[in-house]
Order: sequence, then structure tokens, then C-alpha cells
Amino acid sequence: MGRLQDKVAIVTGGSGGIGKATARRFLEEGAKVTIVDLSRESLEQTAAELAGLGDLLTVEADVTQEDQTKNYVDKTVEAFGTVDVLFNNAGIESKIQPLVEVTVEDFERVQSVNVTGVFLGLKHVLPILTAKRSGSVINMSSNGGLDGTLYLGPYITSKHAVSGMTKTAALEVAAYNVRVNSVHPCPVNTRMMREIESGFSPEDSVAAEKDFASRIPLGRYAEPDDVANVVVFLASDESTFLTGAQYRIDGGMGATP
Amino acid sequence: MTTASSSVSSGRVTGKVAFVTGAGRGIGRATAIMLAQHGAKVAVADRDADVAQEVVDTIESMGGAAALAVVDVADEDGVRQVIGEVVDRWNRIDVLVNCAGLAGIQKPIHEVTTAEYDRVMDVNVRGIFHTTKYAIPAMTNGGSVINFSSIYGLVGGASAESPYSVYQASKGAVLGMSRGDAMMYASQGIRVNSICPGFIDTPMVAGFLERTGDAAAARTAAAALHPLGDLGEPDDIAYGVLYLASDESKFVTGTALVIDGGMTAA
Repeated sequence: MGRLQDKVAIVTGGSGGIGKATARRFLEEGAKVTIVDLSRESLEQTAAELAGLGDLLTVEADVTQEDQTKNYVDKTVEAFGTVDVLFNNAGIESKIQPLVEVTVEDFERVQSVNVTGVFLGLKHVLPILTAKRSGSVINMSSNGGLDGTLYLGPYITSKHAVSGMTKTAALEVAAYNVRVNSVHPCPVNTRMMREIESGFSPEDSVAAEKDFASRIPLGRYAEPDDVANVVVFLASDESTFLTGAQYRIDGGMGATP
Repeated sequence: MTTASSSVSSGRVTGKVAFVTGAGRGIGRATAIMLAQHGAKVAVADRDADVAQEVVDTIESMGGAAALAVVDVADEDGVRQVIGEVVDRWNRIDVLVNCAGLAGIQKPIHEVTTAEYDRVMDVNVRGIFHTTKYAIPAMTNGGSVINFSSIYGLVGGASAESPYSVYQASKGAVLGMSRGDAMMYASQGIRVNSICPGFIDTPMVAGFLERTGDAAAARTAAAALHPLGDLGEPDDIAYGVLYLASDESKFVTGTALVIDGGMTAA
């Protein structure tokens, strides 16, 4: 009996580092899983890697588009009968530059994926959860959704927005026994960090990685499984008294100045 | 995949040695039993020998491993002695759960005596200092310390259904000590986190609600503080402790796990 036995879960950004690790943990714990991502090719590759672990559906979608959001929810209900868990994980980084140099277009593109995408997921999944009076949504924020950092303005803005949206959503659906929480990792060992390292230090991205890691008390980046493990907890019935909370997976960064 | 992410849900802390204070009742009891169910050897520490023995018996009847540790955490010599006994028996400590705590007096600060203040601080803060002081050297293979703060370490409350300032001061101190210890011991692979429960259905909360003079009304008012609409159960917190005690949280330190039915989201 898995910790998520027979629950139906949607993971957006399901082909990325954290999304894939979480989808794997969900499947291992007995959930039926829909992974959502932009490209058919990456979805097929992920599905091949997760083959044999359990019931898996792939749906291509741009999470910034309402019709495509509605489609991944509908397809999930069609395949698995309902939705119990949404991991609003899809997100993008911003270019490394001071705020005053950010173009409006770049700013809005980051908000569109990281904020509007989360909003649309909530908008189309919460009615299913409130109708059955159970369910859990986990929104991907960041330690950058609680603290500031230099030169990632659009990203930091978007992740703070996710913190606020999470609390509002949690309060609005608590009476229906539906839970909404956010998770806040520090740098995770994924493609996104490779981009950010190159952005900070185009000549020597390894130096940037070392510098970031040295600021984490536990001395390393998070691995995708470090994040997946807490998402399993928040998705499961072990956390039924837990809503509107912000969980850090940050190697101690939140305890530093 | 690592062991921590195996699909087996039982045995999430198999082989670990856990020392749980306040383990005779309420959240501590639920935690001790849950850790044992998941494969830990558990030292059941409480100042009340009878309730602690009941928990030891319960764990042993499930086929688990438990040791009785009768101690008032405010007593440094007693803490040193019982931790020494656990180390003699099981060689080391991997998990320290500092759950022992008092709600203390429900009076505005200008009416609190120094003795009343000291007793709350002696148990809720100094008790954690004592157990941490003697458990850390026994964490020879890394470890996880889980300190009980409270939502009242995060927010204020000064009505009949919330404890008053001394309790809140003690729980705020726990957050500070946890963050400091997290930084201090990160390089030794010892993680230190706090847990912040809302109102949980325990003997401590029941006693506190009784002392308001109208327990039923106070319970209703306390339940209404939580958007999820009721008090939590001890297991709601024990599951959070299990996560922090396990290797699933090996990258988590210096933080506070809030389990409060949404209370502090507002």
C-alpha cells in the first residue's frame, strides 16, 4: 500500500528535473499520474523512463493557455476518473540582469508561466477538489519566493506571487477540506540552475556553481528527490492538517542572513 | 534511487535511534509510536514514569524496540544520565525529538511571578538546551534534531483561547535556538529544524482549555482559529516529525515546519 495509493495526480513541468523525480515518487507510492509539459518529445522520453512504474498519462500543454490547461484537466478526468493532487511545478527562470534592464516582454513571459500557469491550474482543478471535499495542491515557489536575490527580478517577483496566491487559495478552499501549500527549494541540481550559472558567469559556470553551493549551509545544491520527498508528504493524507504553509527545502539557507 | 525514496512506506526510519521527550502523552506519544512503527529504536522520555511505561509497552507489543527514560528535561543531571543510558544500550543517537513542553500560566505578563516564568522557560527552552547538549555528541553518524515550537512562536495571541506571553516567548526562543544550532552543526551532517503545530487535540491543550473556565466554548473558539475548521490530531504532527527524522528530509535544516490547519496563512 503506497502513501498515495489510487490517488490521481497531475504534475506540470513533468519532463523537467523536479517534475520527473516527483512523478516517479508519485508512481512508486501508488498514484496514477498525468505529466504535462510543452513538448511531445520530452514527454515521450520521460514516459519511457517511467514505464512500468504505474498508470501514466502524458498531455502536451502550454500552462499559460487556459484552453490547454482545461484540456490537461479534462484528459486526466477522462483517463483516471478524477483529480486528487495537482503539483503546479512548471516554471522558467529569467535572464541574469538588473531589473532596470529587463524588457517588459521578458518580465511578462516569466510571470505568464510562473504565475498565470499556477493560477490556471488552481482555477481548473480546485472546483473538482472542493466538489469532493478533499485534495491537495502543491505550488512550486522557491527560496526566492521568500527572500530576495540579485539580478533575477522577474523570477523572484513571480515566486513571491506564488507564495501569496497559495495563501489566498488555501484560505478560500479550507472550508471544503482542500489544502494548498507551497514548496521553496534553494538551487536544485537541474537544467534551470545550469542556465542561471552560465548567466552569472558565462566564462566559468562551474565557479558560479561552487559559489552558490558555498552559500548553502549543507554545502550542496538540492537534488530533485529532496523536493519530491516533501511533495509526496504534502500530497498524502499524512498532511491533512496542513494548509497555507511554506515548506523550505534549502539546506539551511533560510536560517542565514 | 536512494533508500530514502524507496517505494516501501514502512521502515522510513529503520535502524535509527530516537530520543523523544514528552513521549508519555499527546504528540510525543504519537511520535514515539510512529517512529517505532517505521523501524526506529525509541527512548521514551517523560517525567511521568507510568505514562512513559505505557508507551514502552505499546511499542513492544507491536514488536518494536523501546527504552524507558524517566526524566524531567529541566534537570540537567537527569538528562545527562538518561541519554548516557540510551547511548550505552544503542551506541548512538540519530534523532532527538524535543516535544516536552508546558502551556504554563494563562495570565497577562504583569501578573506572572518569576517562579511561573522560570518553570515555563526551564522546560520549554532550557530542557531543549539540556537534551541537545548531551545528544549532539552522541550523533556520531549525523542526525536530526526536531524542536517543538508552536504557531505561537510565529504569531501573537492574547485572548482566552490563546496562551499568553511567557509561552509565546519560550516558543520564539526555540525557533532561534534551532536556527543557530542548524548553522552550527550543518558541517557535521546534523540537521536541526522546528515544528510549529496549531492547536492539537492533546492533554496539554485539553488542560489549557479547561483552565479557561468554559472548556467547550474555548474549544469551539480554538477550532475556529483554524481555516480547516477543527483542532489537529497528534498524528498530524507525528507525520511531520517522521519526515524530518527520516533521510527523506536530508536537505532540510534550519527551517520550521508549520502544521496548523491554515491558521498562520491568514
